[in-house]
Amino acid sequence: MIVFGLEGTAWNLSAALVDERGVLYEKSATYVPAKGGIHPREAAQHHAEHMAKVVGDVLAHSRESGLRPDAIAFSQGPGLGPCLRTVATAARVLSQRFSVPLLGVNHCVAHIEVGKWQSGARDPAVIYVSGANSQVLALRQGRYRIFGETLDISIGNAIDKFARSVGLSHPGGPKVEELALKANRYIPLPYTVKGMDLSFSGLSTAATEAAKKHDLADVCYSLQETAFAMLVEVTERAMAHAEKKETMLVGGVGANKRLGEMLNTMCLERGARFYLPPRKFMGDNGSMIAYTGLLMHKSGRQTPIEESGVRPNYRTDDVAVTWA
Amino acid sequence: MGQEGDAVEIGRGAEAVITLEQGKVRKVRLAKSYRLPELDERIRAERTLREARITSDARRHGVPTPIICDVMRFEIEMEHLGGEKLKDIITPEISEMVGEMVGRLHKGGIIHGDLTTSNMILKSGRVHLIDFGLAFYESSVEAQGVDVHVYFQTLESTHDRPQELIDAFRAGYTRIYPGAEAVLERVNEIKARGRYL
Repeated sequence: MIVFGLEGTAWNLSAALVDERGVLYEKSATYVPAKGGIHPREAAQHHAEHMAKVVGDVLAHSRESGLRPDAIAFSQGPGLGPCLRTVATAARVLSQRFSVPLLGVNHCVAHIEVGKWQSGARDPAVIYVSGANSQVLALRQGRYRIFGETLDISIGNAIDKFARSVGLSHPGGPKVEELALKANRYIPLPYTVKGMDLSFSGLSTAATEAAKKHDLADVCYSLQETAFAMLVEVTERAMAHAEKKETMLVGGVGANKRLGEMLNTMCLERGARFYLPPRKFMGDNGSMIAYTGLLMHKSGRQTPIEESGVRPNYRTDDVAVTWA
Repeated sequence: MGQEGDAVEIGRGAEAVITLEQGKVRKVRLAKSYRLPELDERIRAERTLREARITSDARRHGVPTPIICDVMRFEIEMEHLGGEKLKDIITPEISEMVGEMVGRLHKGGIIHGDLTTSNMILKSGRVHLIDFGLAFYESSVEAQGVDVHVYFQTLESTHDRPQELIDAFRAGYTRIYPGAEAVLERVNEIKARGRYL
């Protein structure tokens, strides 16, 4: 089975063609804000402008290789409303043009499924960290249940906000990670874990304040060490509670080496295994939508046009995992 | 089994190891090598102190808890309750007592953070509450709602006929706590959100 997938919930517009064995082709166009963070309408405009090129490129490849998609999958949510609508419109057109079923995919579930596919994890506690999300999930009774999540802003957002406040350009994450390597000491910052939940807003503000008095590298290091320790702690608790022997890291912030290292240490200490998908599958990509669409379609699912409206607040546990 | 005087491990969670030693329970928070030693020590010390404090404070609000005998930097020594875990013996009558007990806790401005039937012990006809490791001070409807939600989730996932137990809890909770109605309404909302745990 061959599935065409289209992702565009936020900064990355990406189309891909996959089958059961792997990614056949992928093409992306990345929106970079002129200044500040992502502007939803500008991002949607970016996606609209690049849609013909990105989709056309993948379709040209499929024609040349004689690969006809059996279904069209698209990211239905969660995400930025204007971006989602641009993507959904394109997907509906493709579905009608090829006369193949449409599949509305949950973006978070797609991160998990592509992660399992590419890393070999089977039944992990999942830590999903990105610019928009910070959640710890695990499969239980047919759904990816949220065991813990941020009560305010995501970890990616917290790091970006801090980075902007100290004059580092977008995306701030990699720059903070690099600076942290040059640090000499740890500056105490607020560590906020409430049960299984996290809060990053106060931490980000405290880091901004600390940067006025301390060396920037030391603050970057302290911000990472504090925020990541919070994430690892909640992940460990979810593993214990859900009785999982594996942990898998997904989402854009997962590219941070220190976070992966800390999770790996935690897993070793518990006699568990840590899984990290290849970097190109960590951030938003079309392949994850296509692959999840493939799983859904094989389990007999499809999304009729009248149910294909965008879902900006689509919850992970709204999705019945009928393919597991 | 160890001989008299030896420490016997009776529990191990993500955070701490619990042993029984000379008739007393010892809870030791373990070092986590994934985090910086100074951050690790700060967190373990803060939580140990907070757990000891809230365990005693809850008792002042009429919630039976083990008596704290000693607090060291990362360790708490406390009374061994014995008794039976509610997990194994719960009935609607006992669940109503849980409702009253949680009502007193919330009235006192305390959130337990992990209200499962494994953390409740029936002894001498009273429900005792243990493991305040995730407890904190807060009086918001949301925090109280999440607290109660955890208890209902436990009933639904591990006990037969949960609805009777839930109804009994609601009766006891409402009798004691004046803010009960808003909290129980919020519990339904939290459940509808699909938030797990």
